[in-house]
Amino acid sequence: MPAVSMTVNGKAVTGDVEARTLLVQFLRENLRLTGTHVGCDTSQCGACVVHIDGIAAKSCTTLALQCEGAKVTTIEGLAAPGGALHPMQEAFRENHGLQCGFCTPGMIMAALDIVRRKGHDLDEHTIREQLDGNICRCTGYHNIVKAIAAGAKAMSTGGPARQAAE
Amino acid sequence: MSATGIGAAVRRKEDIRFITGKGQYTDDLSRPGETRAVFVRSQHARAKIKKIDVSAAKSMPGVLDVLTGAQLAGDKIGGLICGWMIHSKDGSPMKMAPHPALAADTVNHVGDAVAVVIAETAAQGRDAAEKVKVDYEVLPAVSDPAKAKSGPQIHEVAPKNTIYEWAIGDAKAVDAAFAAAKHVTKLDIVNNRLVPNAIEPRVALAEYDAGTDHLTLWNTSQNPHVARLVIAAFVGMAPEHKLRVIAPDVGGGFGSKIFIYPEEVVCLWAARKVNRPVKWTAERSESFLTDAHGRDHVTHAELALDEHGKILALRATTVANLGAYMSTFSSSVPTYLYATLLSGQYDIPQIYCEVDAVYTNTVPVDAYRGAGRPEACFVIERLVEVAARQMGVDPADLRKRNFVKNFPHQTPVIMAYDAGDYNASLKKAMELADVKGFNKRKREAARHGKLRGLGYSTYIEACGIAPSQAVGSLGAGVGLWESAEVRVNPTGSVEVLTGCHAHGQGHETTFAQLVSERLGIPFESVSIVHGDTDIVQFGMGTYGSRSGAVGMSAIVKAIDKVVAKGKKVAAHMLEAAEGDIEFKDGKFTVAGTDKAAAFGEVALNAYIAHKFSGQELEPGLKETSFYDPTNFTFPAGCHICEVEIDGETGKTSIVNWTAVDDFGTVINPMIVEGQVHGGIAQGVGQALLEGAVYDKDGQLVTGSFMDYAMPHAHDLPSFNVGLTETKAPSNPLGIKGCGEAGAIAAPVAVINAITDAIGTEQVSMPATANAVWQAMQSAQPARQAAAE
Repeated sequence: MPAVSMTVNGKAVTGDVEARTLLVQFLRENLRLTGTHVGCDTSQCGACVVHIDGIAAKSCTTLALQCEGAKVTTIEGLAAPGGALHPMQEAFRENHGLQCGFCTPGMIMAALDIVRRKGHDLDEHTIREQLDGNICRCTGYHNIVKAIAAGAKAMSTGGPARQAAE
Repeated sequence: MSATGIGAAVRRKEDIRFITGKGQYTDDLSRPGETRAVFVRSQHARAKIKKIDVSAAKSMPGVLDVLTGAQLAGDKIGGLICGWMIHSKDGSPMKMAPHPALAADTVNHVGDAVAVVIAETAAQGRDAAEKVKVDYEVLPAVSDPAKAKSGPQIHEVAPKNTIYEWAIGDAKAVDAAFAAAKHVTKLDIVNNRLVPNAIEPRVALAEYDAGTDHLTLWNTSQNPHVARLVIAAFVGMAPEHKLRVIAPDVGGGFGSKIFIYPEEVVCLWAARKVNRPVKWTAERSESFLTDAHGRDHVTHAELALDEHGKILALRATTVANLGAYMSTFSSSVPTYLYATLLSGQYDIPQIYCEVDAVYTNTVPVDAYRGAGRPEACFVIERLVEVAARQMGVDPADLRKRNFVKNFPHQTPVIMAYDAGDYNASLKKAMELADVKGFNKRKREAARHGKLRGLGYSTYIEACGIAPSQAVGSLGAGVGLWESAEVRVNPTGSVEVLTGCHAHGQGHETTFAQLVSERLGIPFESVSIVHGDTDIVQFGMGTYGSRSGAVGMSAIVKAIDKVVAKGKKVAAHMLEAAEGDIEFKDGKFTVAGTDKAAAFGEVALNAYIAHKFSGQELEPGLKETSFYDPTNFTFPAGCHICEVEIDGETGKTSIVNWTAVDDFGTVINPMIVEGQVHGGIAQGVGQALLEGAVYDKDGQLVTGSFMDYAMPHAHDLPSFNVGLTETKAPSNPLGIKGCGEAGAIAAPVAVINAITDAIGTEQVSMPATANAVWQAMQSAQPARQAAAE
């Protein structure tokens, strides 16, 4: 079995994987980072979204071996080491942007990528269009949109949580 | 109202683990020595199993065993059951076919499991599953419920594939009313089949302890105690006291995780056989083929009115597709959860409804958010809207003329509505939706080639299920009460063990709000415990919008008992007569004096037991209640949907959604609004996007998210949500419940709006751009004729 090495949430990791092992399987089963979820088998639901070298990617459609030498960030890597939440995480809680929580890690990781690409002043239309790769069955998206807009704004005012995550 | 009490929009306690990726969903759990189960499933809709050759599969790397239906039957493991008896008009019982957890003789739907591979890894399991050779004799299948009765007979017990032919109401009285009617509206309605698709797929993790002969099942269940009871008593897997079922964090249910499925049965059986834990996790395309589907009714409905638009009677005949096997609650959904709501918010003197339930070679169908009430609401609200258009009456006015105004109101279909004010919600919704300005917006849109339409849905539903004797008399196999144990700790914090289960509803927060307010203790001092049959007393679980009305009522009753005992303890502490002790705002006081003891002090004293005789008064402070509701509750309201349709493409945009709901007492308005949003989204999904399609050979054409259109954020608007309140008289808190209302109200509001916009009633769900465009083309001649 080939070995793969990468950095996950700032820590160097190594594992033996099959060529066909998906990144999400490597994260969940080898590293026991179960915050990244699998919700579908056609790369559409977005529950598996992580960041690879700073860019959002669907870990269900990425092979672990493709990430050799890469920097991967998962939901577990967002909060500051002391436990202070990232402003986007806070915004989801403050705005009731989650109910069962299963789509939430992928939703938050995707939201951060929207901010990276579209900035901190996000209107409703932009957020809804940009969430094309994430499905939620519980919230009807109304509060997710509010949460992302609020989180994006909060990220622009800076703060310890944001700096620690980057 | 305090910042954390009843009515406060408290932020949720459970969020911390979900937003940091520390949730414990069933697939996140791992047991030492865990193996993985991969099922071998039929690719035929109906076939005889002639032979299964597992030899090649068994010798694949990592495979512990490959088990078949014949072995399951040989080990005398029982089949799955439907727990609600329905009788046909002729008195005969429903025709419940055997449902083995692994098929041994015939497969009856694509996805029906015939074998299971137990392997070290899922990948090895999948490799081996591909090597299992099944020799099928393909048989003709029937997938269309309208053709089921004349199709090949699927089960020996059910000639003409008919499960039951049920009816409710007075047919003669209804016929007489129709004969005297000035206007009759007739509609043919298809309530499209849906796939629930909670984002977390189902998982079963089973472990056997040979040392204690004890089985544990971790399962994505909405009702772990019910699962335990069925698996023990009906499937015969183990005695109840030797089976523990744990439902940890569950990622959405919507009804689909109520039922007891083959997979958990097989995992338990396999765990005992291989003597290692067995975990099965559904792949999404597997979920499409195994999770119970929803809806799938074909209905002909008629409404009789007098010359003033007063409704005289309603009659309907429905064919309900229950799929290849009867799932756990399936029989009740198109009968007692459907026909009993056909009166809607209206005073309808006579109703008659016939429901024929049929088998087809499709995935079993059972309750899905709303369960029968979306189907009923669609029928009555389409009839009323179309009748208004046909009679040239404003649709809001026709509704107002017929609203129930005096309560309690006994409908002709069992339900007795206890409290409501339907005018109030309609009025408020019309204001919020700016109905007055609609015509102006319509004209403005027309200038840009867009067609605007307005659709009402004045819905009512019955939830808070349910009074045990009532549902028992209707055929339910169990009572639908709920339990709560309020455990006060010596240091004054409280744990509430609830028989309900949360899979998104926020009980850890809302139940704590209730307890905090009632006992006058900090919100942070209250923990809510649920989901483990070893820890929590028997409970019926969460579905049917019952956790507020029934679950919280049980907590209230248990708290009352705690306070009553607390008074006894306080009387000893304060050296007063028990009758002189009062409890308010977390303090026990002697009436007319300033002698007081805080709740925490009383709790400690109850356990230390120094201040009273342990023979006269038992030490400790922990009370239980099993609460049986006295009635269903009847949330109701008015949703108004405004759409704009592109004249060139038929694409529907929802430009405004207004919802005014009456849920009685609201514990946490933020959570209640969230439930409404999510329900509306699923209802809009049904109306515009979703539909599980089978071809004539029983192949599920919409077998993944590629083909089954789930609502995305850009498919939906933001929602304007308001509330009115008439408290439910039937429970201590006055709660009606809110979990399903959006899914019940929404579909018909959308279709009423679209048909209003394009001027034809021939629009069926899902009203895709193509479907609407086609309808517009066929309406053209009529519209042109009208214009000329």
